[in-house]
Amino acid sequence: MTPVSAPPNRFERPSALTFLFYVLALAFIVWSFNNVGVSIPRLVDGLPNIGRILGQMFPPDPSRLGPISLALLETFQMAVVGTALGVVISLPLAILASRSLSPHPIIQHATRSLISLFRTVPDLVWALFFVIAVGLGPVAGTLAIMLDTIGFCGRFFAESMEETDKGPREALTALGASRTGTVFSAVVPQAMPSFINTSLFSLEKATRSSVILGLVGAGGIGIELKVAMDLFLYDLAAAIIIAIFLLVLVVEHVSSWLRTKII
Amino acid sequence: MPWEGASMTNNETSPFAPGHPDRAASGAPSSTAQAGPETEVGLDLAVEGLRKSFDGKKAILDGISLAVPRGQAVAIIGSNGAGKSTFLRCCMRLIEPDSGRIALLGENIDHMPRRRLRRVRSQVGFVFQRHNLVSRLSALSNVIHGAQAHHSGPCYWHQALAPKAVREQAMHCLDRVGLAHLARQRVDSLSGGQSQRVAIARALMQRPRFVIADEPVASLDPSAGEEVMEMFAELMRSDGITFVFTSHHLDHAISYADRLIGLRQGRLELDGLAKAQDIAVLREIYE
Ligand SMILES: Nc1ncnc2c1ncn2[C@@H]1O[C@H](COP(=O)(O)OP(=O)(O)OP(=O)(O)O)[C@@H](O)[C@H]1O
Ligand SMILES: [Mg+2]
Repeated sequence: MTPVSAPPNRFERPSALTFLFYVLALAFIVWSFNNVGVSIPRLVDGLPNIGRILGQMFPPDPSRLGPISLALLETFQMAVVGTALGVVISLPLAILASRSLSPHPIIQHATRSLISLFRTVPDLVWALFFVIAVGLGPVAGTLAIMLDTIGFCGRFFAESMEETDKGPREALTALGASRTGTVFSAVVPQAMPSFINTSLFSLEKATRSSVILGLVGAGGIGIELKVAMDLFLYDLAAAIIIAIFLLVLVVEHVSSWLRTKII
Repeated sequence: MPWEGASMTNNETSPFAPGHPDRAASGAPSSTAQAGPETEVGLDLAVEGLRKSFDGKKAILDGISLAVPRGQAVAIIGSNGAGKSTFLRCCMRLIEPDSGRIALLGENIDHMPRRRLRRVRSQVGFVFQRHNLVSRLSALSNVIHGAQAHHSGPCYWHQALAPKAVREQAMHCLDRVGLAHLARQRVDSLSGGQSQRVAIARALMQRPRFVIADEPVASLDPSAGEEVMEMFAELMRSDGITFVFTSHHLDHAISYADRLIGLRQGRLELDGLAKAQDIAVLREIYE
């Protein structure tokens, strides 16, 4: 027995507080299962239904291909316009929210909080809000996407600007350039690849959410899907789902191709 | 003392001397100056009792006083960590000193508001060890950035937006450093020596009265370093620009400077005519 080299205990004895935390967490999980009502019999009972719906989905119904394509185009255009507006607004907000570029810490924290608010409230909630404010249709969806984009791009634009090399900005400061001048001449050009990257990601994200926003009447193809499902037209729903799948796939591919081109 | 001729005691030339409250504004030499030929043209840099410590304990600059008359070329030498870069940055208030007084181009900048400080800085070029250019932009755009010393607005952010006269002036500056043919090239595709020349062209674009350079050729290989340093010093001399640079190359310091300043552990240890120095002795101390 050499106490110096004896290995430590396999498990640290938890403190009373830690122990209490574990017990509470476990209790909460058990309670949650109970409340949600997930059970094996429920799942087994549901299986035939799932099979029946899938069966009715095939073959998909191509008869409404024209209207579906138009709705799909509108969906994508919502995504494009929402992202474009969001990116343009994100840039100044990101500058104000960035630690090293912000004119004042109070402004920095205020902008940062605003951006967090846009990011943490789900886009569907923004869409509901705008449907009430500006009425049903793509404008509501576009505005929701814009806010969601600001939440995403605002944060990542700010971070990428903070990560750029400080040297060029110091050089411009030393020669007496204005704060705005140093930001737009030295910081923004250096962060540009990252801006483009983030914006493309944002467009992919926006394309996916623009599909969902239709469910609450904020424009786009979502409403078509909801109607088809509500009327039990599962074959039509299948055609819509395939169309959505193709759109998202194409956008993701084009955007990753653009990324490799630019960076 | 071999360097007596160039050394200047501060009470002779100080712009902070009592009885001259408006000296900073007028830029005129102090009338109490005892008529050395250099002092009559005024001081472009005057530092008194400069102290700086980053951690509050170890003084990186430990009470430095120095005066540089207009048109002089001064080399600052010292081993790694002697405080050379910190000193140069403090002179521009890129780093705030803890105490001491600094007059740049005859203006006391100690508590100067940002806007006025910018106006003083605009007449002082600063060339860094790393070129500190915006590497994703063209050489021409980077030189045009130098015009932000005197103008502001989107016109000076990128060469494509710049007015014709500014682009031509920038081309002239590039021409002076021998790089007009690379104007369109992005900086990240240039060699180290070429990048440093672009940085010098950017400083020329300011039409500076005074240029500070922090080891401008330390990142270059010896032959490129020699070439760039020679060109740099010659441009400064021909334009009559006051030139303060740091260097690890004692031979550069001796051949391109009129006056040599030695820093050791934040103190001024040597101040004298460059020609009067014995390189062997210096080498022992500073290399
Ligand atoms: N921002 C900083 N924070 C803390 N310490 C610093 C900072 N900048 C410099 N120092 C310290 O100050 C001392 C002097 O640094 P400085 O860069 O001025 O030396 P130098 O003479 O330029 O050296 P070199 O020849 O290596 O460039 C060093 O010990 C360095 O660690
Ligand atoms: Mg240094």
